[in-house]
Amino acid sequence: MSIEISAKTIQPVRLSYGNLKERFGDKKPASRYQEAVYDVQPTTNFQYLPIWNTKHELYDKSKTAIVMEDWYSFADPRQYYYGTYTIARSKQQDVAEHNFSFVDKRDLFDSVPEEVKQAAREILVPLRHVEWAANMNNCQITDECYGSNFSTLAMFNAMDRLGMAQYVTRLGLLLDGNEETSLDAGKQAWMEAPEWQGLRHAIEDMFVLDDWFELMVAQNFVLDGLVFPLLYDRFEKKLTVEGGATIAMLTEFMDDWYKETVRWTNALAKVTAKESEANQELLSKWTNKWTDRLVGALEPVAAKAFGADGIEQLTKVKEELLARLTKSGVTGLKRS
Amino acid sequence: MPAKKLNLRKRYELLTRGMGWETTHQDMDDVFPYDSFEGIKITDWDKWEDPFRLTMDAYWKFQAEKEKKLYAVIDSFAQNNGQTNLSDASYLSAIKLFITGVTPLEYGAHRGFAHLGRHFRGDGARIACQMQAIDELRHAQTQIHTISHYNKHFNGLHDPFHQFDRVWYLSVPKSFVEDAMTAGPFEFITSISFAFEYVLTNMLFVPFMSGAAYNGDMATVTFGFSAQSDESRHMTLGLEIIKFMLEQHEDNLPIVQRWMDKHFWRAYRLLALVSAMQDYMLTNSPLSWKEAWDVYFVENGGALFEDLSRYGLKMPKYHELATAEAEHLSHQVWSVFCLLGNATGFHTFLPTEEKMDWLSEKYPNTFDKYYRPRFEHWAKQKEEGTFQYLAALPQLCQVCQIPMIFTEVETDPMQLSFRVSEYKGDKYNTCSDGCKDIFDHEPEKYAQAWLPVHQIFQGNSGGATIPEVLEWYKFAPEDGGDYIGSQDHARWQEWKGADDKVKQA
Ligand SMILES: [Fe+2]
Ligand SMILES: [Fe+2]
Ligand SMILES: [Zn+2]
Repeated sequence: MSIEISAKTIQPVRLSYGNLKERFGDKKPASRYQEAVYDVQPTTNFQYLPIWNTKHELYDKSKTAIVMEDWYSFADPRQYYYGTYTIARSKQQDVAEHNFSFVDKRDLFDSVPEEVKQAAREILVPLRHVEWAANMNNCQITDECYGSNFSTLAMFNAMDRLGMAQYVTRLGLLLDGNEETSLDAGKQAWMEAPEWQGLRHAIEDMFVLDDWFELMVAQNFVLDGLVFPLLYDRFEKKLTVEGGATIAMLTEFMDDWYKETVRWTNALAKVTAKESEANQELLSKWTNKWTDRLVGALEPVAAKAFGADGIEQLTKVKEELLARLTKSGVTGLKRS
Repeated sequence: MPAKKLNLRKRYELLTRGMGWETTHQDMDDVFPYDSFEGIKITDWDKWEDPFRLTMDAYWKFQAEKEKKLYAVIDSFAQNNGQTNLSDASYLSAIKLFITGVTPLEYGAHRGFAHLGRHFRGDGARIACQMQAIDELRHAQTQIHTISHYNKHFNGLHDPFHQFDRVWYLSVPKSFVEDAMTAGPFEFITSISFAFEYVLTNMLFVPFMSGAAYNGDMATVTFGFSAQSDESRHMTLGLEIIKFMLEQHEDNLPIVQRWMDKHFWRAYRLLALVSAMQDYMLTNSPLSWKEAWDVYFVENGGALFEDLSRYGLKMPKYHELATAEAEHLSHQVWSVFCLLGNATGFHTFLPTEEKMDWLSEKYPNTFDKYYRPRFEHWAKQKEEGTFQYLAALPQLCQVCQIPMIFTEVETDPMQLSFRVSEYKGDKYNTCSDGCKDIFDHEPEKYAQAWLPVHQIFQGNSGGATIPEVLEWYKFAPEDGGDYIGSQDHARWQEWKGADDKVKQA
């Protein structure tokens, strides 16, 4: 039998877990985001060295050249833990699902001009592989990073990229009425068409990077900072003008995703650069290195996508990216 | 033009395969450097059958629904002071052991599966591991959120992650998961997905969740059941990976068998903590450790290995010993916790008369003969004020890191089981043939172990005295010791009335 106890008479003896009390004080209860991501990763007294990497402990700060006094200085401005993350993505996928079925039911692709469909096949469908690579790279960051705030962030990002690779795949299937010819052609272009080879080469080089924070910069700061504005935004606007609004509808998820992602990449750049001169130099070194490499790799893609206008579009996107990172405190970027 | 119809299987295949490619600028062995050194031969990754066919959009949708329901329950539990509906506040010792010992394993599994999710060469296997990696993160986070409310009202729950890295009995789960994580990817998945999640998971899940239900802990019941649909995916993955390895190449069988033997024993030893929880820490126990072992391992596990025998896989080595130990395990483990109750982060208590009668009934061959006298003796000492905690720190098994408390149950249950190995001129003690075999196969690995008691002696744990060590653990004086007379007990009485029947003596 339970006894009725009025809620007023029961006072908590503490408001938060000890680690959060130390970090944020004991005036009010810690948030669910704080509870979920701070200090969950083990930090010391590791039992055995990994047989597959005896140079580092299981969790090891020295897996990157970036040095942080406290690896939990960074907080995700979106405050995503598993619950808030899945609920947010669930809503977005509802919208995407609606868009896909709307296009499908009304045969909206029938009215898209053939040249526009062909352009989507050549430029958008190969991005399926780019997203797949982004999934691998963020999984690598989840594996190698230091801190449960980072592993949470990178894990969600990895799964997002798988989701987006799947949306691009569905777009590819709609383009040819499930004949799979677009997907096959996209893969072939990715493997062989000259305009994609520079990017594929750069991405394969990213697969074997040693430093997970350099990979963070190369993938999530630079490559995403170029590809999303250039291809999911500018290129799709061009297709819309040419009668391809339907296609833009099917990649709305990517646009929303990118707007959201920029919030945490900016915050991460800021916290990391502010920490020390050395960090800021590494960030600008890596940003310059990968901007050079990836802008070069994307030139033929931009030319294919925009024709004569391609290089100018790419340059604008690059300028925006560098201006944004500079504003976040990454100085010394080569603005060309 | 009407679109061609795609069946679900084909559609799923297109959404998960063919996105990866054979790299040409980097050697595939550099892109996937870790999936061949263990000697497992995979001739065709395309033969991998996805154990569950879930695209990301469906995953987000299902999981979000589960999260909404779960958090609604957690919120109302907190608002209504659900903790007052527990059977007894002493029950929370089980939850204290859970958040300090199990929740960090969920996080370890998250990182371990992320490692595999990046490093297996096969696309399908990678995706399956990634899904598990994010699920395990979910488990860690939902457990922290659920137990957060208890932390606001009870002691001993305040610093689980700090403690996981340091405390003498928490090195049992820590060394277990780090053993798997520091091994190669195929061994990791054999350990976690198969030995632990497939063969033994019910031994963890059933006691905790039905134990929670039996004791009015609706918050734990809710996160447990919410996690269960994830777990069923994980179990399927465990079985799939074993079959996949065995079907790919006949040379894989002896390697898999050895891992099976090792990780069965490793996981079983870890579960010794659960046995004590189940038989002693729960105010009301739904079923005894021995009963659970008979149903979930002897019967269900037996059937499973029967099924796997067509691949040549045999029952794990020393499973007979584990079954023989089932009549002793929980009593031996709880005894050592009672004797070291001044150095635990949860409250200990001697079994009540009622509990002892239950134990006699559940353990007719052993309880009255070996264990009841000892508990009655300690109870008498407590009454007389002569009970003393152990003055010396226990020696730990070099492999499982449990104090050397297990006995030769097959020959003389009063005789301590003690094995010694030598490696590079040093002696290493283990608790059983199972642990000794593990040590002897990879002495270079287990010689590295961070044994908490050794570390205390070497001065690496905050100081030379027990209070200094406990402070380093962040065990507050009110966290441990007897339940009766504790702050938790006093608070409970304040809520329930002092005349409420004392459940634990
Ligand atoms: Fe789990
Ligand atoms: Fe699991
Ligand atoms: Zn042992």
